Amino acid sequence: MSLQDLMQRADLWRGDTAPPFAASLPTGFPALDAVLPGGGWPQRALTEILLPHEGIGELRLLLPALARLSRGDRWLALVAPPHIPYAPALASAGVELSRVLLVHPRASGDGLWAVEQSLRAGSCAAVLAWPATLDSRALRRLQLAAEAGGSWGVLFGHERLAASSSPAALRLRLAPRASGLDIHILKRRGGWPAGPVSLEVDHALAMPAPAASGDRGIYPRQPSA
Amino acid sequence: MTVSAAHGLMASLRVHGRDVSAERATLDRLAAWAGQFTSMVSPTPPQALLLEVEGSRRLFGGLDRLREGVRQGLAELGYHARLALAPTPLGAAWLARAGGEPCITDRDALVGALSALPLACLELPGKQHDALAAMGVRRLGDCLRLPRDGLTRRLGPELLRRLDRALGRHPDPRPPFVAPPVFNARLLLPAPLDNAEALLFPLRRLLLELSGFLKSRALGAQSLRFGLHHSKAATTELVLDLVAPSCDAQHLTALLRERLERVILPEPVEEVTLASTALRPAAARNLDFFAPERSPREARVLLLERLQVRLGRQAVHGLEAVAEHRPERAWRYTDPGTPGGKAVFSNRPLWLLPEPLKLGMQQDRLILDGVLSLGCERERIESGWWDGQDVARDYFIARNPRGACFWVFRELTAGGDWFLHGIFS
Repeated sequence: MSLQDLMQRADLWRGDTAPPFAASLPTGFPALDAVLPGGGWPQRALTEILLPHEGIGELRLLLPALARLSRGDRWLALVAPPHIPYAPALASAGVELSRVLLVHPRASGDGLWAVEQSLRAGSCAAVLAWPATLDSRALRRLQLAAEAGGSWGVLFGHERLAASSSPAALRLRLAPRASGLDIHILKRRGGWPAGPVSLEVDHALAMPAPAASGDRGIYPRQPSA
Repeated sequence: MTVSAAHGLMASLRVHGRDVSAERATLDRLAAWAGQFTSMVSPTPPQALLLEVEGSRRLFGGLDRLREGVRQGLAELGYHARLALAPTPLGAAWLARAGGEPCITDRDALVGALSALPLACLELPGKQHDALAAMGVRRLGDCLRLPRDGLTRRLGPELLRRLDRALGRHPDPRPPFVAPPVFNARLLLPAPLDNAEALLFPLRRLLLELSGFLKSRALGAQSLRFGLHHSKAATTELVLDLVAPSCDAQHLTALLRERLERVILPEPVEEVTLASTALRPAAARNLDFFAPERSPREARVLLLERLQVRLGRQAVHGLEAVAEHRPERAWRYTDPGTPGGKAVFSNRPLWLLPEPLKLGMQQDRLILDGVLSLGCERERIESGWWDGQDVARDYFIARNPRGACFWVFRELTAGGDWFLHGIFS
């Protein structure tokens, strides 16, 4: 194989032409921006977000960036979301709803197809997906599709996947804290794993304190009939 | 040569009858397709198609590129053509028939080129041809050198009139082709195909034909109806409905490919048809070399159509916020891309459950993956008495020991049960 042939290959990494810090999107959390390469979410690449269970602020972490992207002229695609994305909450976070595209594939193979198509199409600013399982070959396809389409792919997964390797440009593991999130950076392009970074993602919400003392909660009371 | 003589020479010969009406129909379809290159197309049976291209030279970037465009387009449709260019329609037709592909743009060169043509190109009646041959006329040039009045006296005025038209000494108006208002095309497959994906190739040819037809009239198709005809079984129909009218053969082919993957054929396909009746004006686009190929809006629609074709129309949605107190009615699915409304309330979760989920209790404590502790803010939602779907609830934000936040409510009526309604993810 000649050098020319090698240069044509998409999977050949060339140190002189791939600026790893190009085009990133501020997260809206300065503490997180400070540790991410390029100062924000990597564009044209996959981001993997691993968490122990849902409901800890994993979407709120993305909201500032999603709101900003939704004011552009490309879709924000959500492929097979686990629940109904609640329009009033998205709108009050500043997300332009006319750019939101919900895709609900029925067959399991269609999910991966829809994610790849959306990433590759070039008309999605961000593609969010909740795949049950993904092997590294599928991940590599998605990573290439994100590069080709100039799209930000976000995959949510369970934290037990943290041990496996992944071609994603950025991998984060989230852990809930008393008020907010601890973010462990498992992998970042152009840097070593780092963390944790502690963020306050729910400043807009009046969250209850964690049940530390155990017996302080007076709710729920049975209705006094 | 007679058929029996031919069989004598080659026993394995297969004889097909000539279908003149099919030839004529094909020529008309090609004329409709060629309308994308010029508004003046004239089919000349049995096998010639005349295009007046003087007015299109600049638009297509010169004659060479125009010729290349026509040649390539025809090749993609599966036709081979001989392209001759001349200042007169008859001259071009004769030159093409003689087998050359000259590109002649001025009259003097035309005289020279036509003079060299053999007499057979004129397609004269047998008697006239024989008479001229007897005079020693072999080529058109010999004919032109003969005295005009003598030629008229011996062979009638028609011969000279034709020569004059070919040389541009006489006007030669042609009736312009008027394309039918809707698109209908059929293609008989050379051999039956039983593999749905292999059908993409012949169907793509029909799509290219459709694309030329639409471009010539600045139209886009919004609904395509494919028919896959079998010898016995009922025709398999495929319908592609588009979000926005399109004349882009590449895009339509991509949509069709997705659709074909799901087709199950009862029998091999012998003939394919394509009909498109819902034609709409396509968005005009300037032929600006530096402009992006597609507008952002078009790009968004393209993805939408691809997803809808494969996953079904009901699998792709947009979202809208509705000004309504009841949480389950404060949103709805819409067509993607429609304006999404405004948020009225804050403190809402990003996930909503399709149906509120009844929470378990343990000794007066709410349990959801551990004991829930409730926030101190209570939001009472009491609404909907007018449509019978009324709700009366107290909503709280709750948190479990593992750090997950939920939106829960207690019914203010009957029993006072607790429900999970959303997740603050």
